[in-house]
Amino acid sequence: MIRDGRHIRLLIGLGVAALLLLGKIFSLQMLDSRYKEDANRNSTVRETIYPTRGVIYDRNGHILVGNKVAYDILVSPREVKEFDTLALAAVLQVDTAFIRNKMEEYRRRRSAIGFQSVTMIRAIPAETYMRFDEVKYKFPGFKGQVRGIRDYPVNAGGNLLGYVSEVNKAYMDKHPGEYQSGDYAGMTGIEAAREAELRGQKGYHVYLRNSRNQIEQPYKDGAEDKEAVPGLNIVTTIDASLQQYGQELMQNKVGSVVAIEPSTGEILALVSSPGIDVGQLADIGKYWNEISQNPYKPMYNRAVQASYPPGSVFKLVNGLIGLQEGVLRPEMMYPCSKGYHFGAGHKLGCHAHKSPINMEESIMMSCNAYYCYVLKNILDQRKYGNVADGLDHWREMVMSFGFGRKLESDFPAELSGSIPSSKTYNRAYGKGRWNSTTVISLSIGQGEILATPMHLANLCATLANRGHYYIPHIIKESEGVSIDPRFKERQYTLVDTLHFPKVIHGMWRAVNSGAGMGGTAWIAHVDSLDICGKTGTAQNPRGADNSVFICFAPMDHPQIAIAAYVENGGFGAAYAAPIASLMVEKYLKGRCSRPALEQRMKEANLMSRVKHD
Amino acid sequence: MIDRPSDQKGLQRQSIDWALIGTYMVLILIGWLNIYASIHSAETHTILDWGNRAGKQFVWILTAFGLAGIILFLIPPTWWEGLSIPFYLFVLGLLVLVIFVSSDVKGSHSWFNLGPIRFQPAEISKISTSLLLAFVMSQQSFRMTRLKDFAMVCAIIGLPMLVIVAESETGSALVYTGFIFMLYREGLSGWWLGAIGLIIALFISTLTMGAFWACILLITVLVLCTAIMSKETWHRLLWGWGFVGVMAFIPRVWGWVCQAVSAHLNWITERAWVPRAGETQEYFWSFLLDVKPLYLLLGISFILLPLLAWHAYQKRDRFLAICLGVFLGGVLLVFSTDYIFQEVLQPHQRGRIEVLLGLKEDLAGVGYNVNQSKIAIGSGGFFGKGYLHGTQTTFGFVPEQSTDFIFCTVGEEWGFLGCLLVIGLYVFLIARIVRDAEQCRGRFTRIYGYCVAACIFMHLFINVGMTVGLMPVIGIPLPLLSYGGSSLWAFTILIFIFLALYRDEKKYF
Repeated sequence: MIRDGRHIRLLIGLGVAALLLLGKIFSLQMLDSRYKEDANRNSTVRETIYPTRGVIYDRNGHILVGNKVAYDILVSPREVKEFDTLALAAVLQVDTAFIRNKMEEYRRRRSAIGFQSVTMIRAIPAETYMRFDEVKYKFPGFKGQVRGIRDYPVNAGGNLLGYVSEVNKAYMDKHPGEYQSGDYAGMTGIEAAREAELRGQKGYHVYLRNSRNQIEQPYKDGAEDKEAVPGLNIVTTIDASLQQYGQELMQNKVGSVVAIEPSTGEILALVSSPGIDVGQLADIGKYWNEISQNPYKPMYNRAVQASYPPGSVFKLVNGLIGLQEGVLRPEMMYPCSKGYHFGAGHKLGCHAHKSPINMEESIMMSCNAYYCYVLKNILDQRKYGNVADGLDHWREMVMSFGFGRKLESDFPAELSGSIPSSKTYNRAYGKGRWNSTTVISLSIGQGEILATPMHLANLCATLANRGHYYIPHIIKESEGVSIDPRFKERQYTLVDTLHFPKVIHGMWRAVNSGAGMGGTAWIAHVDSLDICGKTGTAQNPRGADNSVFICFAPMDHPQIAIAAYVENGGFGAAYAAPIASLMVEKYLKGRCSRPALEQRMKEANLMSRVKHD
Repeated sequence: MIDRPSDQKGLQRQSIDWALIGTYMVLILIGWLNIYASIHSAETHTILDWGNRAGKQFVWILTAFGLAGIILFLIPPTWWEGLSIPFYLFVLGLLVLVIFVSSDVKGSHSWFNLGPIRFQPAEISKISTSLLLAFVMSQQSFRMTRLKDFAMVCAIIGLPMLVIVAESETGSALVYTGFIFMLYREGLSGWWLGAIGLIIALFISTLTMGAFWACILLITVLVLCTAIMSKETWHRLLWGWGFVGVMAFIPRVWGWVCQAVSAHLNWITERAWVPRAGETQEYFWSFLLDVKPLYLLLGISFILLPLLAWHAYQKRDRFLAICLGVFLGGVLLVFSTDYIFQEVLQPHQRGRIEVLLGLKEDLAGVGYNVNQSKIAIGSGGFFGKGYLHGTQTTFGFVPEQSTDFIFCTVGEEWGFLGCLLVIGLYVFLIARIVRDAEQCRGRFTRIYGYCVAACIFMHLFINVGMTVGLMPVIGIPLPLLSYGGSSLWAFTILIFIFLALYRDEKKYF
């Protein structure tokens, strides 16, 4: 009978199925060790030890960013007993609703949290924590964890330094495997650029827990433990007092000041105004809305991210190129009748000064017409055949000064500015349908030229060095922190050193000729400092002209080169020149001989002039 | 009715299968201990505390024993036959009703909320379906081979299945497929079992290896079947598997052809052929690149199909003809697999199958439960970590641990020995029911007994298979071990009705 056999077959099938299950169980339990390791990982407790973040120093060893102790409040929801929400809220100085919401959230996520601790409040100050510590016994399940937070002893270089905040999902995705939720990382400025050095390495203690979640002993006698490695300290090239002074002078103005040590390319000060107060940096989350809604965009680092027409300071570049090309000699005189007249009734205006003048005087008095002749002569040289080739050659020389490209400094998010080429005008006017008069405003740094204040400071350093520059940078080499070799290399311009002294003398005369002699920057004069400077008044399509000034000092063996750019400040001599001059004096002499001027600059408020989108 | 001689009363008392009841009680005890183990560290209660699951389970166990006593001693076993039709209809009504009145528990609408007690009619419907099946199939006029009767059986099983699927409890519905073992015992052709196995194999192989190899598998199996069923076994094996062997090389050979074609194509476009204006860049042989090996295989197969059909007709070989039909159906299944997988299955079901087949590793999401469950069981080793000393199960790494994943606790704390014990007990339980059923004269009791055995087996295999990663995650409890009154009661009733029937059965001897 077949049917009698069938129940035997079914029982055999049952046996096979049971063996299948047991075989799989056997392979899990006896053959595969992976699951035992995973189980160990599951039942060990890792206590993270956070490293102290590296300290950021200024060039003189003053601390710009340090650390101070704060506490995170951790909760192990499974260990929490009934507690007095009001009392806890009072002692931690938070809303009761906050604690209720958090506890409700943990209750909802309880299966995901399990026996772990979660961070309820981040970075409460030490004083608050001490008060909590006294009554901690009333709140089982709650504990504190030491966590260093940033501390700023001086208010210098807010958005230069950047801020540190807890990493979010997007940040962790961008740096896979490096961060875990709850870690902090530098988000902007130096904190972000040097995150790798500053952050250090996390350590951990590994403990084993038993089946009742009690920690029994260090896992493998601490063999798996790892000490935290503190972050490396960073020494910046910033001079904290100069930086702070610059910020004070620039308050209530929009613009930036960049100071460079010409002999090294080290940035002494980099002010972008309006900027971020270090008090806001320390607690960025609280001020975030305020900062991001501020129409003047304080997060925006104008010193490297704002491109402006450089204005008259660019005449220096054109003069040097003219000298190098041989189309200009220092003694050549050109007339100026309140401007340069060309074509049928076109005119590029100039202010009233004596005429004719030579090159030194043209720099001293900032004559527009003179440089129209110079640029025209450069572009229309017979050897180039046509103006397009002339312009491209001119562009090449201009770019050797660092204009129109990123300077490749170590500062994040630098902009390149732009210098027009023949293609720019071919596109605008058509090939062969423009000539040197079309582009004549390039002679005075207007038109299609855009440069950042950093470019201008670099130009100034190049002039101070008589023909070369070092790439501006903000990090000094220090123990464990190396800087790219490119910062130690001289970058030569295409203009020979011998052409610089005459131009520099013109700059000296602009500052040191005394009031009434026609020098545009006499206000920047400081006795015995031999400041050489050049003003600029750049047109601003949105309101009043921008006030521009570059200078270096002393004339021989310069120690500081500085560029100041004040939006809507008017003439170069109105704001930029005094601010730069005061900073030079502060840096070289350590004091201020003109308190009235200083006070006037600090108190000046140009914010109402600034129109923003 | 045969008169019952008074001297047989002792025999009647003995005829309760105490071994079965003992196994049942040992399994319940193991379940209770493990429920306590899985919760003991989360809450510091004792095992009898009413406030925790172990304490509640204790109450369920006591009431289950009460139920068992009522069924065994108070209800006359002869009632069950008569009750089967109204009971079935009543439970079917409950199943439908629960869709409309239930609250949503994890996406399924299958629970009645009666104050503090929740109960799932799907659990009871196993009993009512078993009873009705036993009743219908034990009628003298019933013939499995008669289409009308067979359809009736399919309807009895299929109706509650459909309703349960509509309640989004697909897992519970899957248990009903286990009735096929009972049908097999009662005379269903063994080929049906084979066909179901083949469908599952085709589905899995299409997903893991692709349609081409699924078709190769289909042909291989069919060749084997026709060969066994025919006299010209070796002849057919030689030709059939020869064909399969040659076809198995198609992908590689076709790869070479495509390589050559595309190389030629590149050569033409780069070197020789410069299109003029208005000329299209069509290349005659490039259509070859669109032809997949699968199309070649099926093309050749479909050319051979009429020849084989003619052969079957000439030889009056009905089995070969059926095989050809199965081939067509199988190909259809292979081609609709992707559609079923992507469109018919719900995303979570798809995810679970993908994880099971290793198509994707999603340890944080769908694969989390299974991975944690494997870790818990795998870390148990041979002897286990000792009762209440498991770390994985007590830290709540394994979700649903006292219900669907109770076997993890056994695996971790009791090790391989414990698993052997528990599975051994189940095998004994099932085998004992089968043995008892075979001893019965009455078809009703036998069929019902097979239904009980099939239900327990399906629960055991699906549940344990799920915890060790042999089956996709299907949320059904482990009979008698898992926490939960509804399930415990249902299996108690299921088993004790059989015991009562079996006891009654003994009177014939």
